[in-house]
Amino acid sequence: MNRREHLKLLLAGSVGAGLFLATGCSTKDEEISREILAQNELSYGRTDEEKQRDARLIEERFFTDIEFEMVRVLTEIIIPSDEESGGALDAGVPDFIEFMMKDQPQLQLVTRGGLMWLNSQCNTRFGSQFLDCSEYQRLEMIDEIAWPDEFAPEMQYGVRFFNRMRDLTATGFFTSQIGIEYLDYRGNRPGFWDGVPEDVLEKHGLEYDQKTLDECIREEDRNRIAVWDENMNLL
Amino acid sequence: MKRGNVDLYTNAMVREVTTDGDGLATGVVYVNTLDMQEYHILGRTVVLGASACETARLLLNSKSNWYPDGLANGSGLIGRYLHDSTGAGRSAIVPALIDRDRYNEDGARGIHVYSPWWLDNSQLDFPRGYHLEFGGGMGMPLYGVGFGMDSMRQHITDEFGNPSKNGGYGTGLKKDIYKLYGSTIGVVGRGESIPQYSNYCEIDPDTVDKYGIPVLRFHYQWTEHELKQARHMQETFEELLTSLGGIPLGEKPGADSQYGLEAPGRIIHEVGTTRMGDDPGSSVLNKYAQAHECKNLFVVDAGQFVSQADKNPTWTIMALSWRTSDYILDQMKQGNL
Ligand SMILES: Cc1cc2nc3c(=O)[nH]c(=O)nc-3n(C[C@H](O)[C@H](O)[C@H](O)COP(=O)(O)OP(=O)(O)OC[C@H]3O[C@@H](n4cnc5c(N)ncnc54)[C@H](O)[C@@H]3O)c2cc1C
Repeated sequence: MNRREHLKLLLAGSVGAGLFLATGCSTKDEEISREILAQNELSYGRTDEEKQRDARLIEERFFTDIEFEMVRVLTEIIIPSDEESGGALDAGVPDFIEFMMKDQPQLQLVTRGGLMWLNSQCNTRFGSQFLDCSEYQRLEMIDEIAWPDEFAPEMQYGVRFFNRMRDLTATGFFTSQIGIEYLDYRGNRPGFWDGVPEDVLEKHGLEYDQKTLDECIREEDRNRIAVWDENMNLL
Repeated sequence: MKRGNVDLYTNAMVREVTTDGDGLATGVVYVNTLDMQEYHILGRTVVLGASACETARLLLNSKSNWYPDGLANGSGLIGRYLHDSTGAGRSAIVPALIDRDRYNEDGARGIHVYSPWWLDNSQLDFPRGYHLEFGGGMGMPLYGVGFGMDSMRQHITDEFGNPSKNGGYGTGLKKDIYKLYGSTIGVVGRGESIPQYSNYCEIDPDTVDKYGIPVLRFHYQWTEHELKQARHMQETFEELLTSLGGIPLGEKPGADSQYGLEAPGRIIHEVGTTRMGDDPGSSVLNKYAQAHECKNLFVVDAGQFVSQADKNPTWTIMALSWRTSDYILDQMKQGNL
């Protein structure tokens, strides 16, 4: 394949190992594809204005070092690494949240304010800022704001703040490679899509009805091309 | 098809259509968005396809002695009868879909459930009708996946039947998001609204865009027809969602929220600003989308729609522009243009 054909395939969206199996590419082909992907990682399909905006957003820092450290601690509390998968830090969630602050500026005030609120709560309670608290103290504080169905009235702001941090952390994690693998998202695969797998249907006590089966394409009919007679009747 | 016969002007923001002393269109004035200078291009016919609202804006901004209220606006109808599809929706969590086996579900999205029209509209208490669209499945995780655990975790139960607490953090939270993935479904209704004279866009005399061109402002209220339709949609959604074992999420939208009817413009199917018709007193364009008052001016976007059924407009826009193109060619050959 030449570069052009590579690009066409990549554009078609079927990136990944499946592509190479399906089209019988050589290792060299694979290398070229990776190179094209690497060169275009953040900018593929973007206009010049969009590229400039992306570059600006990535360069700007919103969080101060202390705020960013707090975000790191909070995200790892929300989705920690465990025996099943890496956690928020491994998945790069704090950088994602930093990006979201700039992508959706309405998040800036409420997030900065929430971090400050957390610090002042910890100060009142334990006489030190959130980061200087022990792990035990941090969790005691978080437990005050982590359960939206039961909290003290004066914690309402904190609950809203933590709901938002939970949303951002979860979505950052589950859209990362680690998160997607943990979620076991299968995605579209090249090859034949043959409906819901038999064993899954069985588990739910369901089966396809005959009418649907008759109307759906069979694997062996896949590459047949429709033919019409001169009166445009389908043969 | 012959090549080399088209000059395409890019980065060109048209401000107005120019006309001559006989009221015929002569071309357009545009601002070059790179050098911010104005230019004038001349043409034998002017065909506008700027989309319904923008075409109305262009015509209303094209004033002359011949057309004091905007080009081809003798009827006063340009901008009037602006309408959008109706839209409302509801979603539900389906307990049977919680923590299910993973497989490729991207091959089977909503379009596999076909519901082009809901019920016989002679039996309904509102005119026209709506269709349904379905969504859900184990689609690619995008921004927003994992949101809402402050209200969704309660739907997960452990092996003793105890529900999870909403909110929280930690490994338990992560596991519950895994289980909830692909367990919600949504139904939306998209319907036909009734075009109204009183729903319109007009030039805002107070505001211009960065090219100095006056912008539009909008006046649009749903009527009781659309409200009744949305109320009916909500009944339908709930019936469908609960009869397949789903637990509808959130409150059922009632009268105070217009039954969840989206604000006009949200379904982004804006049509009807330069409607077609046989009578120049009650329409802007004739049946070939040619302006009644200006024979070498055509509109090939959805401005010409008189109504738009409940469907998305693009194919109809394309079919009508094709027809108009044939007509223009024919008229040119006959020497009428
Ligand atoms: C997010 C979204 C999803 C949609 N999904 C569907 C769908 O699934 N199916 C469907 O049928 N419809 C859908 N629609 C509606 C559909 O896209 C529009 O109705 C249709 O594109 C309108 O076609 P048009 O040719 O009239 O205008 P447009 O497609 O808007 O084209 C107008 C063109 O004119 C240019 N233009 C505008 N003003 C000027 C000016 N002053 N000077 C020079 N150039 C100008 C614009 O840059 C644009 O290129 C969707 C719309 C949106 C926004």
